[in-house]
Amino acid sequence: MQNVYLAIPLACLAGALVSGLLGKVIGRAGAAAAAILGVAVACALSFVVFHDVMVAGHHFNGPVYTWGVSGGVPMEIGFLIDPLTAIMLVVVTFVSLMVHIYTIGYMHDDSGYQRFFSYIALFTFAMLILVMSNNFLQLFFGWEAVGLVSYLLIGFWYTRDSATFAQLKAFLVNRVGDLGFLLGIAAVFMYFNTLDYRAVFAIAPQFATATMQIVPGVDWQVMTVICLLLFVGAMGKSAQVPLHVWLPDSMEGPTPISALIHAATMVTAGVFMVARMSPLYELSETALSVVLVIGATTAITMALVGVVQNDIKRIVAYSTLSQLGYMMVALGVSAYSVGIFHLMTHAFFKALLFLAAGSVIIAMHHEQDIRKMGGLKKYMPVTFVTAWAGSLALAGIPPFAGFFSKDMIIEAVHYSQLPGSGFAYAAVLAGVFITAFYSFRMLFLVFHGKPRMDDHTKHHLRESPWVVTGPLVLLAIPSFLIGLLTIEPLLFGGYFADALKVLPAHDVVGRISRGYQGLGPFIAHGLQSPPFMLAAAGVLLAWLLYIRYPQLPDRIRARTQPLYDLLLNKYYADEFNDFVFARGARGLGRWFWRIGDVKLIDGMAVNGTARVVGWVAAAVRQVQSGYVYHYAFAMILGVFLLITFFLHR
Amino acid sequence: MFINSALSLAIWLPIVGGIAVLATGDDRNAPLARRLSLLIAIASFLATLPLYTGFDIHTAAMQFVEHRVWIPAFNIDYYLGVDGISLLLVLLTSFSTVLVVISAWRVIETRVAQYMAAFLIMEGLMIGVFSALDAILFYVFWEAMLIPMFIIIGVWGGPNRVYATFKFFLYTLLGSVLMLVAFIYLYYQAGQSFDILAFHAVRLGMTEQILIFLAFLMAFAVKVPMWPVHTWLPDAHVEAPTGGSVILAALMLKMGAYGFLRFSLPILPDASHELAWLMIGLSLIAIVYIGLVALVQEDMKKLIAYSSIAHMGFVTLGLFIFNAQGVEGAVVQMISHGFVSGALFLCVGVLYDRLHSRMIADYGGVAERMPVFASFMMLFAMANAGLPGTSGFVGEFLVILGAFQANVWYAVLAGTTLVFGAAYTLWMYKRVIFGAVRHEKVATLEDANGREILFLTLLAAAVLAMGLWPNPFLDIMHVSVENLLKLTAVSKLSP
Repeated sequence: MQNVYLAIPLACLAGALVSGLLGKVIGRAGAAAAAILGVAVACALSFVVFHDVMVAGHHFNGPVYTWGVSGGVPMEIGFLIDPLTAIMLVVVTFVSLMVHIYTIGYMHDDSGYQRFFSYIALFTFAMLILVMSNNFLQLFFGWEAVGLVSYLLIGFWYTRDSATFAQLKAFLVNRVGDLGFLLGIAAVFMYFNTLDYRAVFAIAPQFATATMQIVPGVDWQVMTVICLLLFVGAMGKSAQVPLHVWLPDSMEGPTPISALIHAATMVTAGVFMVARMSPLYELSETALSVVLVIGATTAITMALVGVVQNDIKRIVAYSTLSQLGYMMVALGVSAYSVGIFHLMTHAFFKALLFLAAGSVIIAMHHEQDIRKMGGLKKYMPVTFVTAWAGSLALAGIPPFAGFFSKDMIIEAVHYSQLPGSGFAYAAVLAGVFITAFYSFRMLFLVFHGKPRMDDHTKHHLRESPWVVTGPLVLLAIPSFLIGLLTIEPLLFGGYFADALKVLPAHDVVGRISRGYQGLGPFIAHGLQSPPFMLAAAGVLLAWLLYIRYPQLPDRIRARTQPLYDLLLNKYYADEFNDFVFARGARGLGRWFWRIGDVKLIDGMAVNGTARVVGWVAAAVRQVQSGYVYHYAFAMILGVFLLITFFLHR
Repeated sequence: MFINSALSLAIWLPIVGGIAVLATGDDRNAPLARRLSLLIAIASFLATLPLYTGFDIHTAAMQFVEHRVWIPAFNIDYYLGVDGISLLLVLLTSFSTVLVVISAWRVIETRVAQYMAAFLIMEGLMIGVFSALDAILFYVFWEAMLIPMFIIIGVWGGPNRVYATFKFFLYTLLGSVLMLVAFIYLYYQAGQSFDILAFHAVRLGMTEQILIFLAFLMAFAVKVPMWPVHTWLPDAHVEAPTGGSVILAALMLKMGAYGFLRFSLPILPDASHELAWLMIGLSLIAIVYIGLVALVQEDMKKLIAYSSIAHMGFVTLGLFIFNAQGVEGAVVQMISHGFVSGALFLCVGVLYDRLHSRMIADYGGVAERMPVFASFMMLFAMANAGLPGTSGFVGEFLVILGAFQANVWYAVLAGTTLVFGAAYTLWMYKRVIFGAVRHEKVATLEDANGREILFLTLLAAAVLAMGLWPNPFLDIMHVSVENLLKLTAVSKLSP
């Protein structure tokens, strides 16, 4: 089995290397085949591993090779295969495979075809390294590697300034998060003297009450510091407020990567990491509270921004931000399994929505403004039906997948006693309404109503080829069924067992499971509970505003202009960052350079010294006049002084 | 026999070879000079390999020791040897020289023999610096080093080369004078011996230690360079020809850090601890302040020069936090910076040879014309930004792990390089390589040729190997670093 574990990431790496380095030799079809074959092998093997873990109950934790040793502490590259890893493997490789196939159609006319395949296969490799890790070092490797590939893919069309700006922004914002993450790892290393998960988790409870001083005189709980530092990293990767700013701009990349990286996998790395670190987070209620509040804030604020967007990809992007907030909320109330459950359902329906959006974009000749769409349902039936499935799942309408996971999150928050859970409960409830509203706003504006595009575009409207619609259908199936099928085993059947650790005091899922009486009652209860009513109200409102009374939205906007502007400008976060951080850093740098280096050090100290030497030399030079009587006079004066000195001492 | 004089061979083969290259005469024989230089550079590199294969990683004692009397009147000896730290620097030196010779192949058209000879001679002298165990021998190599570099910048340099060479020469020469005084003082304290290992055992009072530390600091801080004596470096880099920049960044800067390792820390443990705040403070200033300065540079070479200073800040930071992660991280960072900064200067050289400009604004859209080159430069840019999987990560990671143990805030400030390092490197990359082609000249660029691909591939392999599996490098240095930490931990103050 160990060879199988190793083969999963290496198959993807091989695909990436072949399509990247030999792209010219093997041609477009060859590169696509190599990458897809690599990921397909990884996907098949992932299912084998998943089956092995689930049915046979096999786990694995062992090194592959020793990366380095410092101060006697080995740092290894190694794999941990447990239920959490297994489910991530399946989700990552399956969505990735769908995206690979879809890419054949979407990138068909692009000159960077081979390069694109190489990047997405490399991305899959990086994500697999991240989820399969059994130690913090390798986790950071994967962590940064997905950041790198994301950078490369956002700037895939590198001649566009907007794309290269977005890629740089994404990388730097992620790097801010990574700084926190790296410091968290350094803290782990300092206190536990190892980077191996198992060893760290085993010692962690001994540090439950340990404290450290970061600012003299103030005691901080060590576990809180570690968890918060690690969470800063998660805020970067999983785009939580205020490090969320890179994700909407990442839509500059081609659509397939939005589906793969900025919805289904990379952005879930933070969620995965916190779940993986549950034995640490359980020891710090402060950290859990922070996770909860940040998550809830992200969930509600980003959903609100989604309401006013008009770019089809950006709407989906903001819904991703909001849903990531939901996942964080679940983690914050110690419902790690629910967070991972939502991660999984979301991966399917969000990848589906992005790919459906991409299908629409192809048909619309790369027009992304939903105000210029409308009535597409009769031209693109497959995209239309699958987009509906995705939207129903996103809005949380039973029995679609999103209903189960979202309902569980809301229930879990409801049961939580953690500081901030009241706010979080209100936020996630309100979020349900807003989510349903903006996702159906998009759906109605794109597929229903009257066509608003120009005649040329309208004339060329047609359904996308099978390589595009095939993945849509294959993703629509789990978007519909996966919640229904897996909620029992995953949440109430003890699937995760020891992979996730929850202290009895925090065990909200356990409390919910005591009241769980099967799928039927669960759905029936869901239909009567506030979340469903709110979701239905959101859908209804969208229908009223965009189908029934389409003139209303403009009037409402006119009444609420300041609020609308605030949302349209995303709370002015970009402007703030640009002004304070980007300009601030450059201004400070320029000041250090011009004043510090050029004026003070070089101008005064270095060249100043040279100048002083010059002046002294010039003055002294006057004495060397070359006239004998000058020298004679100096000698006589000297003799006279010496005599005076010796006579009078 | 061969193994017994392996170090001498590594030093004198390139020097004698360099003189032989000089003998080929003027530029009519340039092809011969080139071929001969490459031959000698490769032979010299191969000559250093037995040092690696024959090295025993289980002992901290000096290996490949050669000890002969040189000037008996003053007990000055021809005394050589390497430990796990200097061995890596010797290998880096011989490796880099091969690259420089290849990189200069078609680029240098005038006084080819002299150019090549200067680098070969410099290689021998630098290996001398890293393997000398007699303080005067060290000093001779240390100062002799300056001459070929002075000539390289002064003859083949840019328009403002005279200012740059004088600044470089005077800065570094002035710094070294006090070092000689310190050596002479130690000579008497060690019972009239210039043996560096004997210096390690000398007992010294606190005042003496502090004074000697400051004298050493003058010499080494200029070479590293540390803030605020760093301003010679950007000027020297800007004016130096590509090969000069590579050697300057990859090797010469390491001599300063090596000085701290070989002299300041083991000879002056108490002063090192006493003044650690100063060293750490200056290192953190280098990382943060210089990182910000690098951000606003408009000249690619200046930007990389400033980035070098910031990266060397990690080396000095690592040395003065006195733990295994810090020191090992510092040594790894020295080697890695040799690869990465060398590679970046070579990349700028590749562009400069085509367009004769180093200004960022003159480029843009290079990826359209030079995709292969752009891929290589992406790798090196990422290595410079410290991406895991490249050598640039290893040193920074270990130093941050070490710094966190010393003080959380050291790690926080040092960690800002994650953001600043990425910002200045990738922003430059974006403006040079990405975007639409804006200048006519860029539209005519041709992609890297076979010779360029050769040296870029060698460096890429080194960067990746060290990033993915640094253990072989770490293994070599473990025992030596342990020994160094032991020496640093024992107080020399008389009880």
